[in-house]
Amino acid sequence: MSLIVKDLHAGIEGNEIIKGLSLEVPKGEVHAIMGPNGSGKSTLSKVISGHTDYAVKSGSVTLDGEDLLEMEIDERSRAGLFLAFQYPAEVPGVSNANFIRAALQSRLPKGKELDAVAYYKDLYSKMDALGIDRKFTARSVNEGFSGGEKKRNEVLQMMMLDPKYCVMDETDSGLDIDALKVVAQGVNSMRSPDRGFLIITHYQRLLDYIEPDHVHVLAGGKIVRSGGKELALELEARGYDFLKEETLTTA
Amino acid sequence: MTAILGQMSILERKPGALDGAPEWFNESREAGWKQFLELPMPGRKHEQWRFASLKELDFAEVGIPPISKADGHHGAVGMEVRSARFGFVNDTLVEEESNLPEGVICLPLDRALAEHSDLVREHFMKQEATLGSAKFVALHRANVANGMFIYVPKGVVVEAPIEVFHWLEGEDIVSFPHTLVVAGENSQVTVVDYFQSDSKAKGSWAIAVNDLVAEQGAQLTYLALQDLCEEARMIQVNNTLVGKDATAKAFVLNTGAAWARQESLSKLGGSGSHSDMLSVSIGRDGQEYDQRTFQHHASPYSYSDLLYKNTLYDKSRTVFSGVILVDEEAHYTDAYQTCRNLMMSGDAEANSMPGLEINADQVKCSHGSTSSSIDESELFYLKARGISPREARQLIAQGFSVEAISRLKNPALETLVLSFAAREFDRIVESVS
Repeated sequence: MSLIVKDLHAGIEGNEIIKGLSLEVPKGEVHAIMGPNGSGKSTLSKVISGHTDYAVKSGSVTLDGEDLLEMEIDERSRAGLFLAFQYPAEVPGVSNANFIRAALQSRLPKGKELDAVAYYKDLYSKMDALGIDRKFTARSVNEGFSGGEKKRNEVLQMMMLDPKYCVMDETDSGLDIDALKVVAQGVNSMRSPDRGFLIITHYQRLLDYIEPDHVHVLAGGKIVRSGGKELALELEARGYDFLKEETLTTA
Repeated sequence: MTAILGQMSILERKPGALDGAPEWFNESREAGWKQFLELPMPGRKHEQWRFASLKELDFAEVGIPPISKADGHHGAVGMEVRSARFGFVNDTLVEEESNLPEGVICLPLDRALAEHSDLVREHFMKQEATLGSAKFVALHRANVANGMFIYVPKGVVVEAPIEVFHWLEGEDIVSFPHTLVVAGENSQVTVVDYFQSDSKAKGSWAIAVNDLVAEQGAQLTYLALQDLCEEARMIQVNNTLVGKDATAKAFVLNTGAAWARQESLSKLGGSGSHSDMLSVSIGRDGQEYDQRTFQHHASPYSYSDLLYKNTLYDKSRTVFSGVILVDEEAHYTDAYQTCRNLMMSGDAEANSMPGLEINADQVKCSHGSTSSSIDESELFYLKARGISPREARQLIAQGFSVEAISRLKNPALETLVLSFAAREFDRIVESVS
């Protein structure tokens, strides 16, 4: 049972950005993808989640054997995929509570109503765990939220929707250290044999708090190196430039 | 109910005197009829009817219905907590309930005329209709037989809203709902007018006038919820006079009718006066909402803020024409005007004509009008949480109206308006891939 990306070629407006990327995230594991700016990190998350601006040229993405690329955006989510956004959208006039409720309702069979009392109980306990004030239930989704509040809200949604695979796109960007710890705690509390994580990040910092099982380096649209958590430390110490040298020497 | 065979059109039927009404009122009716005959029908050349669908103004088959025998209206349930509620079917009183503080006069117009003739006379249709519908206001004056008269004396606070239901019953009929609210010095009151019908009101009209007077320091909130059937039409002329340090808040909701036109004038007549003009319209099929507004700053240190939000599906259409006028002496005025259209279909149409005339110094004014379709990044975000495209569009569209609704700053009123909006969204069937 895995999230599998196989020889993926994809891009935007005719520009190929992902150039033959392969990756397997089994349930129970946390994989980190690190890479410099422009390496294709965000494109990968957009393509997996189904953003229509991005076109897949070839290759496949499967979730527990199901072809994700054949599914609509909302179907992918209901199939168990969760994307934590780098820049979560603000949705004026839609309260956070109604938004998450609608997302949960969409997972129920037609005609079955979500139990509102149980829902709020669950929501409040998770908000408490993430240190989110209860007034955020009535506020419009992400509207006027600080960077840290937005990211906490992403993790709250992740916890509420209980996905099989979580793709986290630069969740650490714009976070101060306290917020980072809270977010990491949330993620760690969700680690389980039934769930896989793909954590996309530019910096090693987040991985101090969320310890990955595997680290992959993305450069030029493909994985150029994979290793254990020590690879992240190496990148931190030496920067991404050493990749170029290595690529040169191995070429 | 079917159309009354051989009924005389409202355009030809001279209303005559009303039994039991004071002399001044019958004279006013007479004058109204005279004025109605003198004034021309709106035409292509009337600037105030620019972009308007004049073909909608067809009254040839429309007549006065017989006195209603209905034992109740079939309108909304209304609010749980209220100070009073009155129901009218074709201007005949069918429901009455009142639990108001002492001194408040809240009566059907016919009774108010009998019991408080001078007080009604002092405020009745005192402001001229200047935004285009003078002819229909004259027709209203000539025909009006009932409605509500609400007078809140100095310092009295009416906590819960007063609700007034206007139900249209039957085909090709016209009703003349009238609401006159006078909030005395430092008083507070909220009035909700409901305009509703079922599908039997085909070809029927409501020609409504509501005058609001907020005297010094008063706080007056008024809501008009228009949810007539899709084959009925409405003209509503709203005049608001805001006195020194008084606050008036007016909210118009359009979810029903084939065509509805609202003319809203707010005159900031005292220094420190404050006026909020709010509206939400949700159009579908070929529905059309035509709104003309006028923010008249006649005093210094006055403040007005207008926010109209329209969500347009299918081939629905809106016209918004808004003018801000700041008189020479109205220094230190703040006046804002915003009309936003959310285009849910490529066939919908929004026309905006903002206008500004400033004759004073030290003025802060802005006006803006935008039309846009749904934001793709919002849509993606919702869909990425598993919400279907249809549901996601609906949530965003509903959210779009909330900015105006939340300015009511009253949870019970906001819930009421949201429930009307939600019902309208349930009627909308979008074909979304």
